[in-house]
Amino acid sequence: MAKMKGAEILIECLKREGVKHIFGYPGGVVLDIFDLLYDDPDIKLILTRHEQGATHAADGYARVSGKPGVVLVTSGPGATNTVTGIATAYMDSVPLVIFTGQVPTFLIGNDAFQEADIVGITRPCTKYNILVKDVKDLARQVREAFYIATSGRPGPVLIDLPKDVTQGKTEFIWPEKIHIRSYNPTYEGNIYMIKRAAHEISKAKKPVIIAGGGCVISGAHEHLRELAEFTQIPVTNTLMGLGSFPGTHELFLGMLGMHGTYYANMAVQNADLIIAIGMRFDDRVTGKTDAFAPNAKIIHIDIDPTSIRKNVRVDIPIVGDVSRVLQVLNKILKEEIKPQWEEVRKSWLKQIAQWKKEHPLTYEFDPEVIKPQYVVEKIYEITQGEAIITTEVGQNQMWAAQFYKYNKPRRWVSSGGLGTMGYGFPAAIGAQLACPEMTVIDIAGDGSIQMNIQELATAVIYDLPVKVAIINNSYLGMVRQWQELFYNERYSHTYLSTAPDFVKVAEAYGAVGLRATKPSEVEPVIREALSIRKPVFMDFVVDWREKVYPMVPPGAAIDQMIFEEKKKERKLRAVK
Amino acid sequence: MRHTISVLVENKFGVLARIAGLFSGRGYNIESLSVGETIDPQISIMTIVTTGDDRVIEQITKQLNRLVDVIKVVDLTEIEHVEREMILVKVAPRKENRLELLKTVEIFRGRVVDSGPTTYTIEITGDEKKIHAFIELMKPLGIKEFVRTGKVAIPREISQKK
Repeated sequence: MAKMKGAEILIECLKREGVKHIFGYPGGVVLDIFDLLYDDPDIKLILTRHEQGATHAADGYARVSGKPGVVLVTSGPGATNTVTGIATAYMDSVPLVIFTGQVPTFLIGNDAFQEADIVGITRPCTKYNILVKDVKDLARQVREAFYIATSGRPGPVLIDLPKDVTQGKTEFIWPEKIHIRSYNPTYEGNIYMIKRAAHEISKAKKPVIIAGGGCVISGAHEHLRELAEFTQIPVTNTLMGLGSFPGTHELFLGMLGMHGTYYANMAVQNADLIIAIGMRFDDRVTGKTDAFAPNAKIIHIDIDPTSIRKNVRVDIPIVGDVSRVLQVLNKILKEEIKPQWEEVRKSWLKQIAQWKKEHPLTYEFDPEVIKPQYVVEKIYEITQGEAIITTEVGQNQMWAAQFYKYNKPRRWVSSGGLGTMGYGFPAAIGAQLACPEMTVIDIAGDGSIQMNIQELATAVIYDLPVKVAIINNSYLGMVRQWQELFYNERYSHTYLSTAPDFVKVAEAYGAVGLRATKPSEVEPVIREALSIRKPVFMDFVVDWREKVYPMVPPGAAIDQMIFEEKKKERKLRAVK
Repeated sequence: MRHTISVLVENKFGVLARIAGLFSGRGYNIESLSVGETIDPQISIMTIVTTGDDRVIEQITKQLNRLVDVIKVVDLTEIEHVEREMILVKVAPRKENRLELLKTVEIFRGRVVDSGPTTYTIEITGDEKKIHAFIELMKPLGIKEFVRTGKVAIPREISQKK
């Protein structure tokens, strides 16, 4: 068998893994790989304008398609620029395979030009990473990387490729099967525990389901809906879980937590049973953990054992793939336990309806100035809930979570765990590439969009017609909100001024820029943007005073919410 | 509470850094750590002594298990086990104390492994209490320096759950 170069082996492996797109940026030590991509008919490289953009784009691609995102960058600064993107993917369990170039093995450790110990740097923010030391190991290690990234709880895997490895030659041997003795994710839940869970569900008077990102990742939405519908249990989502349960469903409570709905938080706090599915009780979800769901037994289903009992006590832990566990649970509930669910739930659902009436998710419309929530609402109406929405981080993200209803999984793309500003725009580009027929809208802030604004060039050049709705309040709005509520209105370094002119920026890159300054202009701008088959920046100049409500002050229990109307509850600002 | 955890890992480049990074990154303590190859040269075994309440220890063992290169994690504290560590102590006793020193070494079943005109280097193996006791006895005699290994531990063949 003829020998192949390391770079050729890599490309061959990628093809066998079904890779169609790579997001990347060239450089000295990856020239051999890029040379092959110059005229490869099967794999298309998307050249971003920054390696962080490449990583987020691969992440967005992975989140909407369910397939691993692939990144290829050079050594040193190329590699370190991917770190934020890798950490983002790690926190949100997104399968990525990142290939970084490395200086030749004989130079490693010599402080060579563009050398960085990227394996050391990314060790705590990758699921796994490895430096390939011998070209003979390359094929197996690439195969393992894809396997590890996509199985169990998915995550980013980084492979560091020294130049002499990509130039070295060996026989190509594709490992048909791989077995990693130290890596065996648990997929099937313990049947005894599932039975106990079924028993608790049948006994519960006031149960709530909290569905998280794991329900999206494992494709459990159908089973989740089935469970909720026939047991008549209301469902709330974590930020990452949006879309795993229909946003317009009558049993849906919206998001819970710091900026969750009143009724979701009240339901959780008053529940006698919580069924937590594919979520990890993040501090933004629980608020003060000691006061979280004080009267509830907790069933926790998650594929990652470390998620269980990390932050809150759990009565019935079930480790496994949530989709498989739910199938078994539904079967047991249907066949073995048959209470009259509707009768049992009547008073609980009535109570929840009452809470919904008391404090619906709302804002005050103003005919003079644009309210940011109005923009999101209009985007929802006009796209009829059929768009992929990506977000940046901060107020824009929370309003996008609250006022757009996600009826299907993999339509909501947001950096939940790490909270990365600058994520949404490149992620939208990746999402658009994965789903060319879909409308993809990044709901952004004027601060966040500037963190990866250079990717506008990528969108224009590859003809990816993403739309960016900039909720422009000239502030780092969420930080400003905290300063207003908890730091005596001392707005330290959160005012961004009105620069730049986003319309001109868009035009300079060859995209289209539109602006709305009055509520009456919002709908026409959105409609026009959607009618243009080009990337569009929509600059919505909004009321800068607007805040995200309800809000659970840091350190408070999640039923201690601040609302816009009740200024007197501001006394809660003392709680920290 | 103090726990002795035995971790079977792939004997690969970077695994020690992964384990150490896990502890430092998540704010867990390492009181001692020792690593060595097993009978299978592709596998190493680490003995880690750490402290924490039940919740922390549960997280530590789960987090260790989650690492791709970790094959098996056993919390030895939960089972009967033998544990040992070793110290090398360099003592510089006065002339009149030399006999006492050598006697004590004998009692502790230690060995003198090196000596110079004014010093003895003594090797002692045992569990933590024994090591501690020996050091205390040597202190008044004049310890110049000592080094100790981390703890190594192995389950007892016939063991009962505590």
